[in-house]
Amino acid sequence: MATLELHGVEKRFGPASILAGIDLALADGEMLVIVGASGCGKSTLLRLVAGLETPSAGRIVLDQRDITQLDPAARDIAMVFQNYALYPHMSVFDNMAYALRIRGLSRNEIAAQVQATAELLGIGALLARKPRQLSGGQRQRVAMGRAIVRSPKLFLFDEPLSNLDAKLRVQMRAEIRRLQRRLGVTSLYVTHDQVEAMTLGDRLLVLEGGRAAQLATPMEVFARPATVYVAGFIGAPAMNFLPAALLPGGAVQLSGGQVVAVPGAVGSPGAVTLGVRPEHVSLADGGIPLAVELVEPLGSETLVHGRMADGTALLAKLPGAAPVGDQVAVALAPDALHLFDAASGRRL
Amino acid sequence: MERRTIFPGRLLPILLAAPQLLLTAVFFLWPAGQAAWFSTARQDAFGLRSEFVGFENFSDLLTDPLYRESVGRTALFCALVAALSMGVALLLAVFADREIRGRAAYRTLLIWPYAIAPAVAAVLWILVLHPQVGLVGRWLNRHGVAWDYRLRDAQAMSVVVLASAWKQVSYDFIFFLAGLQAIPRTVTEAARMDGARGWRRFRTITLPLLAPTVLFLLVVNLVYAAFDTFGTIQALTGGGPGKATETLVVKVYRDGVVNLDLGSSSAQSVLLMGGVIVLTMLQFRFLGRRRAD
Repeated sequence: MATLELHGVEKRFGPASILAGIDLALADGEMLVIVGASGCGKSTLLRLVAGLETPSAGRIVLDQRDITQLDPAARDIAMVFQNYALYPHMSVFDNMAYALRIRGLSRNEIAAQVQATAELLGIGALLARKPRQLSGGQRQRVAMGRAIVRSPKLFLFDEPLSNLDAKLRVQMRAEIRRLQRRLGVTSLYVTHDQVEAMTLGDRLLVLEGGRAAQLATPMEVFARPATVYVAGFIGAPAMNFLPAALLPGGAVQLSGGQVVAVPGAVGSPGAVTLGVRPEHVSLADGGIPLAVELVEPLGSETLVHGRMADGTALLAKLPGAAPVGDQVAVALAPDALHLFDAASGRRL
Repeated sequence: MERRTIFPGRLLPILLAAPQLLLTAVFFLWPAGQAAWFSTARQDAFGLRSEFVGFENFSDLLTDPLYRESVGRTALFCALVAALSMGVALLLAVFADREIRGRAAYRTLLIWPYAIAPAVAAVLWILVLHPQVGLVGRWLNRHGVAWDYRLRDAQAMSVVVLASAWKQVSYDFIFFLAGLQAIPRTVTEAARMDGARGWRRFRTITLPLLAPTVLFLLVVNLVYAAFDTFGTIQALTGGGPGKATETLVVKVYRDGVVNLDLGSSSAQSVLLMGGVIVLTMLQFRFLGRRRAD
């Protein structure tokens, strides 16, 4: 259990800047999820904390101790890898005992700790097996066990669920959260899956091109995304973005000519991007006309893909099995609209 | 999955296999058959008459203390060559696996010795180690070491071991490097995070995962040292001084070509052939297992 701080951490590979000026502070026992599209630098950030890469600038402080230049072996940090990285020539027991043996624990202590951790994860019956005799989900548990048994200061998760099938992923997601809460270990969790990010994190760090786009709680990120990128990344189906012009007095004009009231909109008149989540689009007589291109009934809800008069695509998520013709009229919920600067993508 | 091609007739597949079969027949089956035949005969020194003696050549050999000495010498030679070449190759491969910059050039340079003919390699080493001509040989004598591998048994053995191992380092290096690069990087990284450093990580993670490569190379190196080093030894020491570097293949040559005892030489060849067959079968088993993994 520990606190983690990152101060102005940067990473460059030659001329390419992978991470720029990341500042971060994790409280004891907090789980922070780092999320972003592939290539945004999230795995690099994790590897910097792990010590598998050295930052080009900045400091990493674990429990008030500067570990920036420390060898990974000396950091007391455990990591769960995407491909699990189990030692293929060792049994499950030996995989979990490896770090304890290096620390010089006695035979009895090692056996007791491995056994206790294995019971916790429900892999007590597998201790004698080799990794190749395990299913994907079992390997995942062993990888978790190898991290937990050491009781490290910090857990790092590098997309640990991405190699599992959908059902198992949902199950392990809940289990990881439960274990992390129960053990109270400070954790960094990297994922590109926005559902994992929303459900697992105490806070989210959304990375965009090596920079922190937003750092906040999941609900805050969902309700008030800081940029167009964040808004498009968090939430499924993704938010609609409509080109518009900001009018004086709390309204915007869509490129099709319709004027939409945006309560509390401020800023100088000019080009903006209006963001609205599909669930905040509803059918309304006399609303914005929408030519329907595709209807996807999902049972509990219906997705309607349409185009406005000027050709802008709009996705609506309607409750239930909504009867939809070729042409509908929709309204945008006024209190759920997001305004972004058209040029910078920042929230207004 | 094995790929099988279905041919319409019999003629085409036979024609396609014929050149290889012909080569095998001319350069292996014929001489090997002749050796097997000669091994049961005793010839006079002029090669004019020969009489059938059954297995007498073999029984003579197995009771001959000189032959047993040569077997022991060959075993020592093989062990030293395999240990030296594999040890050096593994060390170099570990460095090549780590170092990124200039790796291509480094690798190419390391592969060169493999392409050098045995006799040329021997001359190279003579130029280095000759007591009067060689750089190192002269330096040793100037500094009070009585160095002359043409006179001293142990020195002669170390020279042939050195030259033979040097030629094989390239081959071992390529396999070790490939083996190291086949180890998933994340497994090594996991070991680092688990607190394992340097030698301990190498011993508990890298080496066990490299074990199939080590076993495979061990067989290859033993075969090489036992059978492929004749050229190097012959050019360096000719088996001498005395019999100090007379391994089994050198003895075959000396007894048969120099001393014209064709019957005994042929019997020795047949025994060696048996050894090669056993070792090659082992090698194929390892190769098969590597592929199965």
